[in-house]
Amino acid sequence: MTTTTDLVSYEDALASYDPVMGLEVHVELGTKTKMFCGCSTELGADANSQTCPVCLGLPGALPVVNAIGVESAVKIGLALNCEIAEWCRFARKNYFYPDMPKNFQTSQYDEPIAFNGYLDVQLEDGETFRVEIERAHMEEDTGKSTHVGGATGRIHGASHSLLDYNRAGIPLIEIVTKPIVGAGERAPEVARAYVRELRELIRALGVSEARMEMGQMRCDVNLSLMPKGADKFGTRSETKNVNSLRSVERAARFEIQRHAAVLGAGGTIVQETRHFHEDTGSTTSGRVKEEAEDYRYFPEPDLVPVAPSREWVEELRAGLPELPLVRRSRLREEWGISGTDMQAILNAGALDPIVATIDAGADAASARKWWMGELARAANESGKALDELAITPAQVARVTELVSEGSLNDKLARQVIEGVLAGEGTPDEVVDKRGLKVVSDEGALTTAVDEAIAGNPAIADKIRGGKVAAAGALVGAVMKATRGQADAARVKELILQKLGVSEG
Amino acid sequence: MPGITREEVAHLARLARLELKPEELDHFAGQLDDIIGAVARVSEVADQDVPPTSHPLPLTNVMRPDEVRPSLTPEQALSSAPAQEQQRFKVPQILGEE
Repeated sequence: MTTTTDLVSYEDALASYDPVMGLEVHVELGTKTKMFCGCSTELGADANSQTCPVCLGLPGALPVVNAIGVESAVKIGLALNCEIAEWCRFARKNYFYPDMPKNFQTSQYDEPIAFNGYLDVQLEDGETFRVEIERAHMEEDTGKSTHVGGATGRIHGASHSLLDYNRAGIPLIEIVTKPIVGAGERAPEVARAYVRELRELIRALGVSEARMEMGQMRCDVNLSLMPKGADKFGTRSETKNVNSLRSVERAARFEIQRHAAVLGAGGTIVQETRHFHEDTGSTTSGRVKEEAEDYRYFPEPDLVPVAPSREWVEELRAGLPELPLVRRSRLREEWGISGTDMQAILNAGALDPIVATIDAGADAASARKWWMGELARAANESGKALDELAITPAQVARVTELVSEGSLNDKLARQVIEGVLAGEGTPDEVVDKRGLKVVSDEGALTTAVDEAIAGNPAIADKIRGGKVAAAGALVGAVMKATRGQADAARVKELILQKLGVSEG
Repeated sequence: MPGITREEVAHLARLARLELKPEELDHFAGQLDDIIGAVARVSEVADQDVPPTSHPLPLTNVMRPDEVRPSLTPEQALSSAPAQEQQRFKVPQILGEE
């Protein structure tokens, strides 16, 4: 089975060729019911417990479209700056494959509900790249196959397959880009940034959680190369079901290297679907696309046309939330941070926790500091996402409040956070239980300062002689004596006062 | 008018997973040719101003609220399946027919 694929280095490939990409993303909508029947879409149900005559394709069953499915499609179209069809139909895409019991998928053909839009995406360095959208159309998901008898559940060598149709009929929106040209060596990065931006957009619209690891969002990467300076596209390959952001980038990169090797050796690219392998980052040949294209689409007679009124479309447009790219630039300006800082926040998944912490009363700088510092570290160590940590944004906001009112310093605040993460209670409870309060009792502080001076006469002399910088050693001694619970700035003030020098 | 060829019938039969004998291919080629010829006559009367009709009723936007309705039980769903295993529809090897 193992065949090695010839590759040329990425740099060499880009020196001779320009990549052209087309990305097809399928988003499973988060509706309660399927696209054309009232069966539940709840995950984790018993096999074949969420089916009915419609989604099983039994004779005589009549589908009726889900209103929220159509509404979600229009919202996605609007957010992608698309035109919305005034009138469009569903179509039957005919094929025989056991994952679709009707022997056709209800989809849309030449009349997509949304078309001709774009999505601006931001690359790592903050540069914006516009990806043009060809169309977004409504369709339905297929059932889930389990292949039995072959090695590790693969279809090859299987003796038979088992079908669970719970997923058959779940609403899908397929979003197709126009050919992405001119991205050059950044093509794989553009692919990844596009899918990420699309995922953020889908989530902001509230139409799906778009969790790629759960198959709620899947990407097919079409890629071809043309000799540098040419304007005629080469033959493409279609890498199916690439299911993480990282894989989208790797699949595009691999295909660039593979195509370049084939073309460079005088070969031709076979138009085919390919499978991406997560473990090796490579792709292997799937089926050759020729007869498979013979879908004999025709208008679905059992579903009446969808004609979104202009009033309804405008109503939906007016109700769109602030879109992710706009929100990010607004927050970046409000917080006065650089594009790189913002990118770091996004990469860490810290944007929403930070915003929630600010909403709970923290100032922006403190909210950012804790989520990107102490909490990012804790998340990293425990292998969790920030929003999975055992601390709420409101609790983080409470910690920043305790710091700003002077009852905690940063060192103590870290211990409070540590306590909350360890399940010791709310920030206030941790403060109580661990006895973490800045010593603001001047009597106790004065005693500690006197002791520090008495215990370090040589240093005290230096300070009296004008070496203010030496005060750090005495501050350290006081902090040690108070187990870190003193306000360091106040301690320094007291020391200098006692020794009769001024800071300035 | 181009006729329906034997090869086209064979292609359609394959897409429809129908196994046809050689004499059936010839037989259906003639029949399909007649049917398509008859239907094509419609375009002689229907000019550009008459769009093809996919839906005879002037209805649009028939939609259903997103509310869960009872499904079949797995037993009911599988009751007509020729074969089943692990509460799933059992189907023959998928690859291999090519």
